[in-house]
Amino acid sequence: MLEVSGITQIFGGVTALEAVSFDIRKGDITGVIGPNGAGKTTLFNIISGIYTQTSGRVMLNGTDVTGLPPEKLAMLGMVRTFQNIELFGGMTVMENVMVGLHTRSKSGLLACSLRLPWSRKEEHRIRAGAQKWLEFTGISELSDVTAGNLSFGKGRLLEIARALAVEPGIILMDEPAAGLNSQETVELACLIRQIRDLGITVVLVEHDMELVMDICDRIVVLNLGVKLAEGTPGEIQKNHEVIAAYLGDVD
Amino acid sequence: MNRDLIKFLAFATLILATPQVLSGSYLMNVLLFVGIHTMLAIGLNLLLGYAGQISLGHAGFFGLGAYLSGILTATYGWNPWLAMPLAASVVGGLAFLIGFPILKLKGHYLAMATLGMGIIMYIIFNETIGLTGGPSGLSGIPAISIGSLAFDSDQKNFYLIWSFTLGMTLLTLNLTNSRIGRALRAVHDSEVAAQVLGINARLLKVQIFALSAVISSIAGTLYAHTMTFISPTSFGFNFSVELLTMVVIGGLGSIYGSFLGAALLTLLPEFLRGAQDYDIIIYGALLMVMVKYMPGGLVRGVPDLFRKLLKKRGARHA
Repeated sequence: MLEVSGITQIFGGVTALEAVSFDIRKGDITGVIGPNGAGKTTLFNIISGIYTQTSGRVMLNGTDVTGLPPEKLAMLGMVRTFQNIELFGGMTVMENVMVGLHTRSKSGLLACSLRLPWSRKEEHRIRAGAQKWLEFTGISELSDVTAGNLSFGKGRLLEIARALAVEPGIILMDEPAAGLNSQETVELACLIRQIRDLGITVVLVEHDMELVMDICDRIVVLNLGVKLAEGTPGEIQKNHEVIAAYLGDVD
Repeated sequence: MNRDLIKFLAFATLILATPQVLSGSYLMNVLLFVGIHTMLAIGLNLLLGYAGQISLGHAGFFGLGAYLSGILTATYGWNPWLAMPLAASVVGGLAFLIGFPILKLKGHYLAMATLGMGIIMYIIFNETIGLTGGPSGLSGIPAISIGSLAFDSDQKNFYLIWSFTLGMTLLTLNLTNSRIGRALRAVHDSEVAAQVLGINARLLKVQIFALSAVISSIAGTLYAHTMTFISPTSFGFNFSVELLTMVVIGGLGSIYGSFLGAALLTLLPEFLRGAQDYDIIIYGALLMVMVKYMPGGLVRGVPDLFRKLLKKRGARHA
């Protein structure tokens, strides 16, 4: 599904990532973990087209997507969410999700200005599609609320609903549990599984180990910009290098 | 019929009824300018209020539209109805080309770049004397006519200009309530989030910059044929700032707000004539008070009364 090979990122003189490679299998929930400063968010920004890496290649469904801008990647079925949720604060919850259907609609400037019949029909389809994702994420009763007024937890759900509206094949989530209370985290775990059950591949960067070990099929561990280990949660938990990286070397 | 359309019809009825009240008054002439300024403010609002991109050079597009129409009709004898779309296409195309490099810039840098663009156009209007008449202006621009009906009085021009302004209002209302309008507001609120959802933010910004230039150019054509005389001073930096003030005072991201801002800033100098030298002080104070206490503009600050009034009228028409 997603192949990352030899990603190296150098900021000034600092090597943030060094020759990181791994494959994400279709239909898996994959966790990318590592101590602070391991390069997880940098890696996400590269995969999602926000940064351009110093070297290395990203393949999506067998197509080379290295260096493509985020909007092209969205067209190819890859979306992401942000650690510090990026909502359209001045728009309603419904409108936020409707923006997610932008790539699934095509009325241009003229058709929209003239409210041509097919563009009106498309507008109905966009609204219905958005409603479906609001219900899926359980926030449909908030549809008329201005997104800027949402609590952090609901904002997170909205960001996920909006990303799902793109109908992606793969969704990247940057610390989806950050800022959530324990109840919300449990619900998030449930939601992520439901997303996977729709056939959408999920990749998440996460600090909440309980969540990661609970829901991930595979885990990639980064430390100081290098891939330390890769495997199932059981394998990772027993890996001595990983334990050393997290807890400090006991020798 | 949906509520937005009823609102619009009520607005259009109110506007088109004004000549009944003001016929023969010098205010008719002022209302022409309210119409032209509304159109310009709406164009700029699409860019500033919706897409969140500033322009301090829109007077240049307005001037370019006016001069292209003026020169084609006065010097080369074209029909204004041909000059208008040609001018609009040239101005739109030019804005598209300029927009690609400069809309990469953000905030103050974009303000500076568009400021420079406006100043360059102003200099061109002044210096290409053979074409524009330079500082002494271009005269003899014919009135627009349909068959034997020439739009040569304030009353007639009122209907001509306001048909365009109202048409433009309806089209932009539709646009801002569509997927494009949502995409614009999305780019405004979080460009990176809009991009990861598949919106080509850069192209969209350039398109809306060009559209807003086209609207300014059409307003320029109407201005030229109404005044029959144009000179560069109408299209300078001061006017760009005045347009910006109209949009901000009226309400960013509101089409009706643009009308309110344009109406206030066009009518106010007329009512302040008695105050003579103090008008500029009153004007400045008003701007400060507005920005401090009504940052959302008139349209959000004084909405209830206005909306209630429109609803009542709208209900009678439904």
